[in-house]
Amino acid sequence: MFKVKYFEYIRTSAVIVIALAIAFLIISLVSNQPVKTIGIFLFEPLSSKGHIGNVIEMAIPLMFTGLAVSLLFRANMFNLGAEGIFYFSGVVTSVLAIHLTLDGWLHPIVAIAAGSIVGALLSAIPGILKAKWNANELVTSLMFNNILFGVGLYLLNYHLRDAKAFANVSYKFEKTALLSKMVPGTRIHTGLIIVIVLIIAAHLFLYKTKWGYELRMTGINRNFARYSGMKTAKVIILVHLIAGFIAGMGGSVEVLGMYNRFQWTSLPGYGLDGALVAMLAKNNPLSVIGAALFLAYIRIGADMMARLSDVPSEMISIIQAIIILLISAEQFLKFWKNRMLLKEAKEA
Amino acid sequence: MNKALLEMRGITKVYPNGVVANKDVHFSLREGEIHAIAGENGAGKSTLMKIMFGMEEPSEGEIFIKGEKVKLQSAQDAIDRGIGMVHQHFMLVPSFTVAENMVLGMEPRKGVGINYAEAVRMTEETAKKYNLAVDPKAKVQDLTVGMKQKVEILKALLRGAKILVLDEPTAVLTPQETEELFRELKQLREQGHTIVFISHKLKEVKAICDRITIMRSGRSEGVFQTKDVTEQEISRLMVGRDVVLKYDKEILSIGEPVLTVQGLGVNDAHGKALLTDINFAVRGGQIIGIAGVEGNGQTQLIEALTGSLRGVSSQGSVLVKGKDIRESDILDIRKLGVSYIPEDRMHQGIASDASIADNLLSTQYRTKAMNKGPFLNGSRIAKLAVSLVEEFKVRCSGPSQPIGMLSGGNMQKVVVARECSTEPQLLIAEQPTRGVDIGAAQFIHQKLLELRSDDCAILLVSADLNEILEISDSLLVMYEGKIVAFFEEPSKVSEEELGLYMLGIHRQDEEQIRRAVNHV
Repeated sequence: MFKVKYFEYIRTSAVIVIALAIAFLIISLVSNQPVKTIGIFLFEPLSSKGHIGNVIEMAIPLMFTGLAVSLLFRANMFNLGAEGIFYFSGVVTSVLAIHLTLDGWLHPIVAIAAGSIVGALLSAIPGILKAKWNANELVTSLMFNNILFGVGLYLLNYHLRDAKAFANVSYKFEKTALLSKMVPGTRIHTGLIIVIVLIIAAHLFLYKTKWGYELRMTGINRNFARYSGMKTAKVIILVHLIAGFIAGMGGSVEVLGMYNRFQWTSLPGYGLDGALVAMLAKNNPLSVIGAALFLAYIRIGADMMARLSDVPSEMISIIQAIIILLISAEQFLKFWKNRMLLKEAKEA
Repeated sequence: MNKALLEMRGITKVYPNGVVANKDVHFSLREGEIHAIAGENGAGKSTLMKIMFGMEEPSEGEIFIKGEKVKLQSAQDAIDRGIGMVHQHFMLVPSFTVAENMVLGMEPRKGVGINYAEAVRMTEETAKKYNLAVDPKAKVQDLTVGMKQKVEILKALLRGAKILVLDEPTAVLTPQETEELFRELKQLREQGHTIVFISHKLKEVKAICDRITIMRSGRSEGVFQTKDVTEQEISRLMVGRDVVLKYDKEILSIGEPVLTVQGLGVNDAHGKALLTDINFAVRGGQIIGIAGVEGNGQTQLIEALTGSLRGVSSQGSVLVKGKDIRESDILDIRKLGVSYIPEDRMHQGIASDASIADNLLSTQYRTKAMNKGPFLNGSRIAKLAVSLVEEFKVRCSGPSQPIGMLSGGNMQKVVVARECSTEPQLLIAEQPTRGVDIGAAQFIHQKLLELRSDDCAILLVSADLNEILEISDSLLVMYEGKIVAFFEEPSKVSEEELGLYMLGIHRQDEEQIRRAVNHV
């Protein structure tokens, strides 16, 4: 029989199943060929090497932001600033990719490091405001998203823009700055290795070091952490620095791995998607890999569906909305948990 | 004869964290009786009453009022059916007057405003009807605890309560105030009210109750006519064995003062004195108790000793091993060898979603022994957790179980285990056995005495008079932020005598109080 301790896993799986079921229901109402459309949605991402590549390419930035947000959520900081930092660090990296001349292997390292450090420093601001004056990190981080987007777009328009290009894009990056592709026939780049290493490092940090311990305890009960002698203000600033570093690195890697010019004229949305990934992963670094792949998979599936059938890809927003709604709804399936509790209590 | 006015059948309550508070409990109430629900802390009395009052929904079971099955989904449902509750912690707005509190939520209207004169009249009328004198125009914050309780009772009566539930009503009262409450309750019974009296104090139960339902670890142990059972029998049923809190204490040679408090005074933000001229010392191998009615400065004193005085203006000094800690932070204080068992374990004492092992680690995770290079030393931590769980007999499935799933007593054992495991030189124990079953309480007392034998200085703050009289080597009494008495042999002081000091009726002279500093 199901045990209460597995309840959260069961709940997450149930949410996904329900979301997909509703998606199928809508598809069958909208589409003229529902069975075929669902088939495309479900299986097309696996149909070729290129499509599998698409899924992994899309999962890379999601892993970066998902990891950053997971760490913040772990510290009980509801900070959604990964969005703006992801964007702005991309701009910073682009500047260095365009204007710097360096040896092949050093160039991306310098550019990415700069983007990451800028991300960390920017992220520290809401952190310090929270730690020192208890300013709500959700509000400050969301405002920062707008500010960073505005400044980034200004830099693109007035300093990086290539007048010869037909769209609002930057000058071309130096070839030496680009990340190399790993798998022929796809655009999977070395950023995948970087993010996997980062995820493992974050896992070790969170569960195996005293700093990670402080972070987890502060997140669960800040009063308890303080009472035990932890400097919780420092912990909060530290987790903001780390999360900003990771989100910034994500933006930098994405820019150098997938593009040869900077071309985001709106926020790319990966930061907010990171929150969804973190929720699905239950804020566990290692689970972020699976959650990001899942999200990337259904998105690519929806893209394929839009291209090959009569259902638009916006379908995916419905699935995401249902997932977010049900996961954050504490009452969902609670009656069932109560029943399991009652049963276990009787057996005990 | 009397048929059941209210009946609860087969009540089971499991909280979301897995705690089973009630297990198949039957409870039946006759009209016009005072019915005691007796049981140790954590036996499930309060949960049962919350269910009766609609604040919790039972996981299983049915409630009948006058034979009719009812579903109580909110306190309002219960009030509508004539059930009133007086909570252990009063639900009053301190800045409002008595009359305003009385009519809260059912205010008499005058146009868009509140008809204050009518509120006063309603209060006076109710007070007169039940012969419970209160001043309707007094502010609640200026009232004594006993008076506040009277207001709570009147509040319930005004709302038409025929069944009155009192949750541990005497916990905050002095012996004298308790007697007055009993007179009032008997009078209400004569007027036809039915009273449920929740308590774990047997003397009180014997004194005023007609029948008694005894609870133990979530189950009902049966219903008895109070006159048919002796205190011993009740206590055996409550605990499952005979208990007398009585310990054989070694006579120890007392060491140097570890904690010395000299002329400590603290004011709140408005300049009101919270603590005035506090002087005492705690030496190695000695347990100093602090007794007093809650809210007489004990909380502020503990805060001053545990690092909350930073940035607050204060007079005098607080010396731990000769160092003034008033401007130290918590970590510095802990590094001096100070441990602290906090009063509110859910708020401060534990991280409920974390594992037992994580909860045991929080005062030691920085030490060299627990780290290996940049990483925590997993095997050492596991060893520590296993040995502490074993030594403190924490009932759990293993150190990786989330602590929130344990019972109150076992949680508290984890807290005590953690605070004792760092070989403290000064232990501050604030209500260390509150809300804990008697077995765990005795165990915790033994541990405190063991620490004492290891030459640790212990400051014990407790509202449990039996505990404090039995465990302490010397005893201080606090009243209104001052020390009003010092006893060198607490076991020779009676609870009644202590009550007079706690109430502020008696007070020792300066000379006697001063002995708290220099006694050996």
